[in-house]
Parts: sequence; structure tokens; C-alpha cells
Amino acid sequence: MTALSILYVVLFYAAIAVLVGGITNKVMQYKRVPAPLKIPVTPAPLTRTGVAWRLTTEVVFFNSLFRATKWTWIFGWIFHAALLLAFFRHLRYVISPDSFLWPIISLQVVQSFGKYAGFAMAFGLLGLLGRRIFVDRVRYISSPSDYLMLLLIIGIAVSGLMMNYVVRTDIIQLKAFIMGLFLFDWQNLPTDAILLVHLTLVLILSFIFPISKLLHAPGLFFAPTRYQVDNPREVRHMSPWGAELEAKDGRNA
Amino acid sequence: MADFEIPETHEFPVIPTVMEGVMSHSAPYVAKAEFQEQLGFPGGGGELIEGWKEVFLDKLGDMLGKYRSLQVFMDICVKCGACTDKCHYFLGTGDAKNMPVARQDLLRKVYRRYFTFAGKYFPKLVGAVDLTEEIIDEMYSYYHQCSECRRCSVFCPYGIDTAEVTMAARDILAHIGKGQKYSNEIIGKVYKIGNNLGLPERALADTLEGLEEEVEEDTGVKVRFPLDEKGADILLVTPSADFFAEPHVDGLIGYAKVFHAAGASWTISSKASEAANFGLFIGNYENMREISLRIRDAAKELGVKRIIFGECGHAWRVAYNFLNTLAGPWDFLDPNYPVPQHILDFTSDCLDRGILNIDKSENDWMTLTFHDSCNIARASRIGAEPGSQFTIPRKVIKAVCNNFYDMAPETIHDGTFCCGGGGGLLTDDLIELRLKGALPRMEALKNVIEDKGVTHMAAICAICKSQFTKVLPYYGMTMDQIVSVHQLVSSAIILEGQGDEDDADADTEEAA
Repeated sequence: MTALSILYVVLFYAAIAVLVGGITNKVMQYKRVPAPLKIPVTPAPLTRTGVAWRLTTEVVFFNSLFRATKWTWIFGWIFHAALLLAFFRHLRYVISPDSFLWPIISLQVVQSFGKYAGFAMAFGLLGLLGRRIFVDRVRYISSPSDYLMLLLIIGIAVSGLMMNYVVRTDIIQLKAFIMGLFLFDWQNLPTDAILLVHLTLVLILSFIFPISKLLHAPGLFFAPTRYQVDNPREVRHMSPWGAELEAKDGRNA
Repeated sequence: MADFEIPETHEFPVIPTVMEGVMSHSAPYVAKAEFQEQLGFPGGGGELIEGWKEVFLDKLGDMLGKYRSLQVFMDICVKCGACTDKCHYFLGTGDAKNMPVARQDLLRKVYRRYFTFAGKYFPKLVGAVDLTEEIIDEMYSYYHQCSECRRCSVFCPYGIDTAEVTMAARDILAHIGKGQKYSNEIIGKVYKIGNNLGLPERALADTLEGLEEEVEEDTGVKVRFPLDEKGADILLVTPSADFFAEPHVDGLIGYAKVFHAAGASWTISSKASEAANFGLFIGNYENMREISLRIRDAAKELGVKRIIFGECGHAWRVAYNFLNTLAGPWDFLDPNYPVPQHILDFTSDCLDRGILNIDKSENDWMTLTFHDSCNIARASRIGAEPGSQFTIPRKVIKAVCNNFYDMAPETIHDGTFCCGGGGGLLTDDLIELRLKGALPRMEALKNVIEDKGVTHMAAICAICKSQFTKVLPYYGMTMDQIVSVHQLVSSAIILEGQGDEDDADADTEEAA
């Protein structure tokens, strides 16, 4: 094995460890910290099913953002939808063509539409970057990291597109490398510069995910304003520390 | 009031250009030591306590471990900008730090610096800063330019609630000696005397007696305003402004007439003679609980079966959402009624059952619109259905008035604009902020006045009513254009045995 391949094997394992470990750690923290009071933004659903629907519509359609600003919504939604499509298209590097998953996902759809996902991603991201630069309010609230994050993902999209349309890489060997990671049977990585750029940017993204605003993905499900059921009069809501306070002075007896 | 200009109103809202620091001079008076101590806070009078930096960071760490909302909201903002043009204080002032995300960031950048990997090692990259006295001053200023109205949260793709951040920041500031005079003094009065206005029991009894006489003079009917009556069915908890401020008191007369007409047995408590709970504004759980427990104690002492709240926005948020948590369980009350119940729910039910005799023409000289109060619109519910906080008040108004028009759709329901004086900012030392923050609501009101001939705006919140009374004249309207919803009910309701011949005739027609 080449030194470069060994380096990337190590980096990939480290990235997966940081990504999974970091997000798990954060999610555990969000679960652990109690919500002492009922604070759903109303009108809010009266049942858990209703809440599931509320969150689903937020995740799938970004309703609140739609109400807020149409431009950010259109750019943001296109980017995220394309990201999902690109994710599906990348599945063929980790699962075999006869996997039971393909009939569910539809290889045809993923291969044909997925091919253009990179363009949609870049389009959405450039739109978001444009808003950050040209809308004075958004420019004011942006930190260097906000721009860099967009540039990083634009870099991923563009380098990905280039492998599809400009300099094709040896995907047979790439798949062997990736499968090797799963099977602990490590293989060489193709050495095209563009592939290395693409993979390096993805590795960086994985490393910063749990320590950045990318936490909005899991965090969305932990905002009491959205996940809480509107039933404070029917069900007494108590946090452990609230109960402790109450037990101490016994005034709620 | 001449050292600043009242913003111009437009036919369509104008999003201002971002300006840096134009409101940085705005800050409320700091609480004196006496009013810090009473609430369990150290220091006071403007000086930071010794070791304030450690105390600040400890308290922040403590709250991050106690409030999921705060921990999650500190982490997940992506700075998308959805909230930037949603705050009435930003729209009215153009100050950059009145964009909700920028206001949150005052705390978030300190959180990053001391609690996150990126902020510890790459502060410049992620916009993290050291905790300094300048940052504290900025926080004190801008966290008192947020009325905790939650309009921004409605539009946030993740439901990030600036009010949660503002409350946490205010609580932390109070713990390093920078509590707010207005809110702290008022809470002090509740502890000492029983209500925000510091109205002692005797004065309260006199006031209620005076109201009985007034109503009898007007209608010829003896409508009671009972105080501390043991064995009454209903405990009415209402903001103390209802006892004498205009137009609040006309609302109180309305509740009394409805109770009278419904034959309900009710009482006010001198011990819990206040619905307001400023513990919410200062973001302090313990104080909020302490104030809430007065209601539990009063309900037990008087042996009531139900609790009904009068017209008040934040009080209803605390009552509806938190009372069960803070002062419950309510297993000693009648389980057939919601605890607590909103007065509008009660009145609406009476209207449904047809037990109120209404002459809508009494309100024909007015054309009404309705201001949704933020804490009722976005933080609670009134009836059984989601959204009944919008439908019930309008239904009641339409049941007692012939002329009603809503303001522009994006300025009502859960998109409603704060009056500009909520969240503990209804104090004269913040008058500039209050006037400027009222802009979006004034704009919407002016438009409906011009287009539909609206003459009056009804509200169901004591703070909204007081704020509008103050700001309407600055925008070229008159202070009496703000009315209570139950004031409209009061004017239209015809009590049994009431009034002159004409009214009696109308009475029979209505009944027929």
C-alpha cells in the first residue's frame, strides 16, 4: 500500500470516529439537559403525532423559513434536496449493485437525477453565499466561519462535478478502497488530484461537523419550541431540578 | 421627549438599512441593592460584584445544564438571516444588534469562547470574544431591547427562541449585580404587598366598592366585585392595572357583568391580587415560582373550585403554560374546568349558551380592530383548539360589535407585532425604545384606520393597553383609541333589570 493510501485510511477512520462520536456526544447532551418549562411556539400540536407532523414539515419543506424569506428558502431548500440526492448517488460506492436497497432507492432515478445534483447544490450554495455578501443584514451577522463553511461545501460540489464531467477518476479502485475500509481489508486509493481534493474536503467537513453550526441537523429535533406538545394544563410538566426545588420546601403539597 | 424622532409610518413596511450602535445608549436603570437582595440577587446600584467574571461564566454553565432550550439554541444557529427583519425593535430603530440573531450572538459569542472547542482555539474564525465589561454593558443594553415576544422564533427554521436567550442573559446579569430596576422593584412589591402596583388590601377593597357604586349608577343593577370571599366558586386573578388604569378597569367591569349575568360565584383575592408575573421577564425560575405560589395559597385559603385569569398577555403565558408546573398540581380544584381558564373562554362559553343579553348596537359608534398580544398569540392557547387564541377574542368582539376589521394578515395571529412595551420594558427610562418599537403595529393600525375606517383597537393585555395609551398620541392618534375586549362586552351587555325604557324594549326584541 502506498503511504498516501495509509494516510487516507487513518484519516477516514478518524473522521468517522469524530463524526459519530461527536454527534452522539452532542445528542446525548441535548437529551440529558432538561427542559424545565413548556415553551412550544403556538399554535402548536396537541398530540405527539401532531408534533411528528410539525417536525416532518419543517425537515422536508422548511415551512418556517418559507414564511420568513423566499430567497433563502429557495436556495437553502435546493441545496439540501440536492445534498440528499448526492448522498443517494454516493451509495453505490458502499453497497453492491445487487443490494436489496436498490429497488427501494431506485438506481435509475439516483443515477440519472443524481448526476445533476452537484449543479443544484452549487447553485443553492452560491445563492446563499450571495445573500451573505450582498444583503446587509446577513453580511452583518456573518463570521469568517460562515463564509468558509459555504466555500468548503461549494468545493466539495465542484470537485465532485469535475470528476463526473472533466477528469474521471478510477471509480472501481475507489470503491475497492471504500469497501476495504468497511471490511478492514485496506486497498490503494486512486491518486488523481481532484479525487484527493474532494475526499479531503469531505474529511474536513466530517471533522468540524460536531463542533460547528452543522449541529442544526440533530439540534432541530431538540428545540422545545417545536417538539413540545401543547398540553400544559392537562399534563403536569416537571424537570428533575424543578421537582427537587418543590420537594425541598414542600409548598406544592 | 424631543431628543429623538418618532419614526415615520408607511403604507408598506420598510426594512431599514443596518446601522451600528444607534440604540447603544438605551438601557434601563439598574436595580438598587435593596431590590436585588429581595429577589435573591447580589450587588446592585450599577457596580459589578467582585469576581463577576467567574460568577457570570459559572451561572452560564449552570443554565446550560438546566435549560435544554439555551444549550441547543447556543449551538445550532446557522446565521441564515430569516429572523433579521422580523423584530419590531429592529424595524423601528435599524440598530444592527436589534436583529434577533445579532442580539442572541452577544451571549453566543461568549458561550463560544468559553464553552466550545472552536471558540477556545479559533475565536476570530467563529466570532468568539472574551468576556469584558464592555460586553456586559452591551448585553445589559440590548437584552433590554427585546420584549421576549417570540416573533423571530416563528420564522426561524429551527425554532430558536430569542426570548429564551434574553431571559437567560437577564438572569445571569442579575447574578452579577446588574438586575433591572423596573422589574425587580415590581416583583418586590408583589412580595411585600401582593401586587405590581403596591395596592394594599384596604385600598383594593375601596376600589372595588367604588366600582360597585359606579356600575350601579350606570345601570341601576347591583353588580358585585367580591374580595376575599371564602367559598366562592371562581378565583379571578387579574393584572392589578385592571383595578384603576384606563382602559383596563372597563375590562374588569366587563368581567364582573359577565359573572353577574351568568350567575357565577366569584371572588378576587387580596393575597393574589396580581396576575402579572415579572419573574418571566427576568428569566428567573425561582422568582416566577414564588409569585405563582401565591395563587395556589389563595386558592386553597378561599376554597375555590376554579381559577380564571383576566386580560393579560404574559400573565396568561405563565398561567397557561407554567402554573401547573410551578404551583400545581391542581387536584383540589374542580376537574371539569381547565386550570386555569381564560376569561374570554368563560365569556365565549356564556355567549354560546345564550345566557348573555347583548345589544350590539351599543358599540355601533366604533369600528374595531384587534391586536393579538404576543404572549397569547405565540405562547399559549385560550380554547380547546390550536389557534383558538385568535378565534375566541375575535368571536367575542364580533358578538358584541357590528363593525370589525382585521389588520394586515402578516401583522396578526402568530405574526403579530409586539406593542413595543412588553417583556419588562414598560418603563419611562425606555421611552425612546418603546416609541420606536411600536412602529410596525402603528403602521398596520394606521392602514386599517385609513382603509376601513377603524376607530378603535381592542386588546387583551394590560401591558399592551398601557403601552398603546402612551404611544398612540405620538403617532397622531388618541390614547382612548385602545380599548379592552371586555370593555366592549361591558357596553353591549344588558343586565336583568337594567336601564331606561328604550333599553328595556331592545331587551325584549333581542330575547324574542
